[in-house]
Amino acid sequence: MRISFLSWRWRFRSGPRELVCQEVVELVTDYLEGALTTVDSQRFEAHLTGCPNCTEYLAQIRETIRLAGRLTPEDLTPNMRSDLTDLYRRWRDEG
Amino acid sequence: MELDGELLRRLRAGDERAFVTLVERYNGAMLRLALSFVDSRAVAEEVVQDTWLAALRGLVRFEGRSSLKTWLFSILVNRARTTGVRESRSVPLADAGPAVDASRFGPSGDWAAPPEQWIEEAENRIDASKIKELLLGSFDALPARQREVVLLRDVEGLSSTEVCAVLAISEANQRVLLHRGRSKLRQSLESELGGAAR
Repeated sequence: MRISFLSWRWRFRSGPRELVCQEVVELVTDYLEGALTTVDSQRFEAHLTGCPNCTEYLAQIRETIRLAGRLTPEDLTPNMRSDLTDLYRRWRDEG
Repeated sequence: MELDGELLRRLRAGDERAFVTLVERYNGAMLRLALSFVDSRAVAEEVVQDTWLAALRGLVRFEGRSSLKTWLFSILVNRARTTGVRESRSVPLADAGPAVDASRFGPSGDWAAPPEQWIEEAENRIDASKIKELLLGSFDALPARQREVVLLRDVEGLSSTEVCAVLAISEANQRVLLHRGRSKLRQSLESELGGAAR
């Protein structure tokens, strides 16, 4: 009993525990942001190496970011343009 | 494309066309950001106009230590927060749900229902305008604070440091909001496009 407790503690303390998928998906942003410690980053990558599902998940997050980056702000409507031109002239005449 | 610095120089010299160019460059992004703070489009347009006026008045004090875009966004966020009611309704970080629904994992934490493939679908088979519509709809459904962060980071391309400055939030907070927001966008893309090949 005592021995197994000690060995459990030893296992817990030595070497990093492997991540499970449910943890990996929560670390994706920290990983991409470079906010993980070197050790955690290595654990993250080690998990990906053996896990096609999490590899796919990370690829989907990257694709989501890429697609968001393709959105373009709407063009100015003629009304908005004339409002803003008026505003500029008001400002110019202030000084 | 003419550099912001050159436009600012012309603007200070009283060149109206330089102003119009800046407006064309940033107004759309500012309007979209304003819409995440206020409910109505009319109010959002007002906030954006206020921002341009404040920017014109503050022009002499702008030292170019941040990018012009970041500076404009910061003014806008300040204005929008005093005007906006939408944001006060969403409690910061209250939405701390998981990135992926817990029901999709087994007891050991491994995937039970793995991500359905959709990248190929999005790249090759779906009309770009449909993807855009889908994403805009998903953006709208995000809690305001998540929307602001994802909008500034992933649509506008600001750095995390710039986003923290514009929204006056910490790096850790920024990451949490970004994480929740991106996770939800991914989920809606998967829900809409996933498994379509089967």
